[in-house]
Amino acid sequence: MIPIQNFLVLSSILFSLGIYGVLARRSAVLILMSVELMLQAVSINFIAFAVYLSPEQFTGLIFAIFVITVAAAEVGLALAIVLRIYRNKATANVDEVDALKW
Amino acid sequence: MSYEEVIFYFVAALTVSGALGVVLARNIVHCALFLILALLAVAGVFILLSAEFLAIVQVLIYGGAVTILILFAMMLTRVRDLPQAVDGPQRPFAALAAGAFMGLSILAAVSTEWPGETEEITLVPFRDLSESLFRNWAAPFEIASLVLLVALIGAIILARGEEGE
Repeated sequence: MIPIQNFLVLSSILFSLGIYGVLARRSAVLILMSVELMLQAVSINFIAFAVYLSPEQFTGLIFAIFVITVAAAEVGLALAIVLRIYRNKATANVDEVDALKW
Repeated sequence: MSYEEVIFYFVAALTVSGALGVVLARNIVHCALFLILALLAVAGVFILLSAEFLAIVQVLIYGGAVTILILFAMMLTRVRDLPQAVDGPQRPFAALAAGAFMGLSILAAVSTEWPGETEEITLVPFRDLSESLFRNWAAPFEIASLVLLVALIGAIILARGEEGE
């Protein structure tokens, strides 16, 4: 029997790596991939809590399903936006997309 | 150490190394391939948590659709033409923020006494899960399908561009 803490620590590490990727990377596609890592960490947390703390209810599992659904929608839309930016500015580097900067 | 724990540590090591590859690799296509590794390893974690359905969904949607979509976006934005330096100057600050968050959350996870913890994980039955999804959570389910529809139409409109362009 694996203690619940193991899963929580794993998801903490995954989430922190996602934070690092979002902050350090400059390519919009790489930032999206790091966001995916963070969403995965959240899903692990939801499922671990659902399975360990309230096994007769499925709220956490259902929530994880919705997280995956919304993540799929988010990836599709965000990549469409990245494509659009690339077509308008010929770059996918977020540092160069500064039209709203003062 | 039980065999369960051995499998857990193996899968966790795969997940973390895949995630490290995503955030550290220099070649952006390698990042995408490392992402596939990390996502499939997370499916293994789901199986260890006895959530089989979620593991199947994970392999189908993340291992298949999302990674292919990301590789397509890389192809269309010609990211390989970019200089290899894919990291910004804020790298040390990012490492500091991520490290601080990791320390805090691991401390919180380990030091908390979780109430009502079960002794044994039971397999999540498909039947009960689907009953719960379609009875108690039917309205959110419908809204989720609406979200997917809106995202589909929005992505097509955004990617296609305006008329006469």
